[in-house]
Amino acid sequence: MSEKKLICGNEAMAEAAIIAGLDAYFGYPITPQNEVTAYMSRRMPELDRVFVQCESELAAVNMVYGAVATGKRAMTSSSSPGISLMQEGISYLAGAELPAVIVNVMRGGPGLGNIAPSQADYFQATRGGGHGDYRTIVLAPSSVQELADFMSLAFDLADQYRITVMVLTDGILGQMMEPVILEKKKQRKLPPKNWALTGAKNRKQNIVRSLWLGDGVLEELNRKLQKKYDEIQKKEILCEEYEIENAEIIVVAYGIAARIAKGTVDKAKKEGIKVGLIRPITLWPFPAEQISRAAEKAKAFLTVELSCGQMVEDVRLAVAGKVHVEFYGRSGGGVPSDSEIMKEIKQLAAKR
Amino acid sequence: MQNTNKLYEEIIIAGFGGQGIMLAGKLLAQTAMKSKKEVTYMPSYGAEVRGGTANCMVVITEREIASPLITQPNSLIVMNKASLEKFTPRLKDNGLLIYNSSLIDYEPQVSKTIKVLAIPADQLAIELGNHKSANMVIVGAYLQMRGIISPDTAADCLTQTIAKRHHKMLEVNKKAIYCGAKFAKEQPV
Repeated sequence: MSEKKLICGNEAMAEAAIIAGLDAYFGYPITPQNEVTAYMSRRMPELDRVFVQCESELAAVNMVYGAVATGKRAMTSSSSPGISLMQEGISYLAGAELPAVIVNVMRGGPGLGNIAPSQADYFQATRGGGHGDYRTIVLAPSSVQELADFMSLAFDLADQYRITVMVLTDGILGQMMEPVILEKKKQRKLPPKNWALTGAKNRKQNIVRSLWLGDGVLEELNRKLQKKYDEIQKKEILCEEYEIENAEIIVVAYGIAARIAKGTVDKAKKEGIKVGLIRPITLWPFPAEQISRAAEKAKAFLTVELSCGQMVEDVRLAVAGKVHVEFYGRSGGGVPSDSEIMKEIKQLAAKR
Repeated sequence: MQNTNKLYEEIIIAGFGGQGIMLAGKLLAQTAMKSKKEVTYMPSYGAEVRGGTANCMVVITEREIASPLITQPNSLIVMNKASLEKFTPRLKDNGLLIYNSSLIDYEPQVSKTIKVLAIPADQLAIELGNHKSANMVIVGAYLQMRGIISPDTAADCLTQTIAKRHHKMLEVNKKAIYCGAKFAKEQPV
């Protein structure tokens, strides 16, 4: 069980979801996450679980809605344009307080864009790309191992809070292979799903819906949701702080960008530059406190993304004007290189 | 390599779709993992069709790998002319270039610091009885030249890398790895 295997991120996450007790997978093919759907189409029937290749992304997300409403663990996966199509369904999942897991293996946008890696769906994922006052928990792995590990976490968080959890990753992590250990994680203590539609024999009927027309009922629901979101913000923030103790420059990056930046931070330190890295692992809830704390001591921040600048807005909100926040990004399939990040770090260091 | 006392091997393998470029990369990665190295394998994806261009990147080291992407490889394995033209300018000084002289009929112009091995991979594979094993010939040659990992380990890893339905091809591929290694050993570089 604990033997290292060489597999790609997409297959690692698929198998990890299965190990985490996935009952049903619904998907529609799109590069660069096709290996998830392909893997599920083979493995799920072997295990006598549900696999459906749907007619569209709309169908996939609504089938997930139906499956999780019965108390089962279900997920879908897609890439940027497909995730855009699912936004209505995600808003409905939020309105009905259903625990779904959705994976976005981001590719270049806007539009059909291209199939190259990207992080340009940060706004969509963290702000809620659908309508209404809602949030989804967003997990951002930065290795194939984390991609696997975060699947059981995603299902547990979804079930604990009756919320949609999005695993936000990119074409590189989905496609790359590295050694991974796939094993069953200890499940959190989870509340019973006594709201689920399991047949109302000998009990009061349950109703799952997102339409609330009664006077003040929807406002009440929104208050309840906000209370839940507050609790998640208090309890569920995950963040890696690397070499930040005496750092004058703090690099903030997530996912694949953080991984590349970490290598650059090591090199810069060897050259005598006082630099550290903060890697948000949950993008929502965002580790604003950790960044705010670091801003008390640091002299400048550098946010690195595979986008034209999205997470940098959250970093600036957290830093709250205490110090300068610089941004470096590449988009449309471009990936910031080690030497490009180094150049930015050196420019900031020279200004000190 | 910038850091001479520490292994940081960045390999690009390139050719056209159908030459088994991805399989060669996966085998190298599997072999590195078996040898307890840190390793990442990154394919060019989405356009893997027979005749199209294909390349993959393999990083082998002894510490945590930052980026699986390689801008400047220190080892380059090219299976056709187009890949030679595209990737050779990116090769680092003191690097290693291995090219398939069955399909590349001229000597590449590279800096004097670069080690070059011309290997008729297709021809050697045909002599072994399976023209598709040219990728394995060149993997064997690479392992022999670099000396990081033994060709024996690669031969052992074939069962994990090659899909079960092709396991009748294990023996010829094993032979191809050793054939490439032998060829490299006998060449003055």
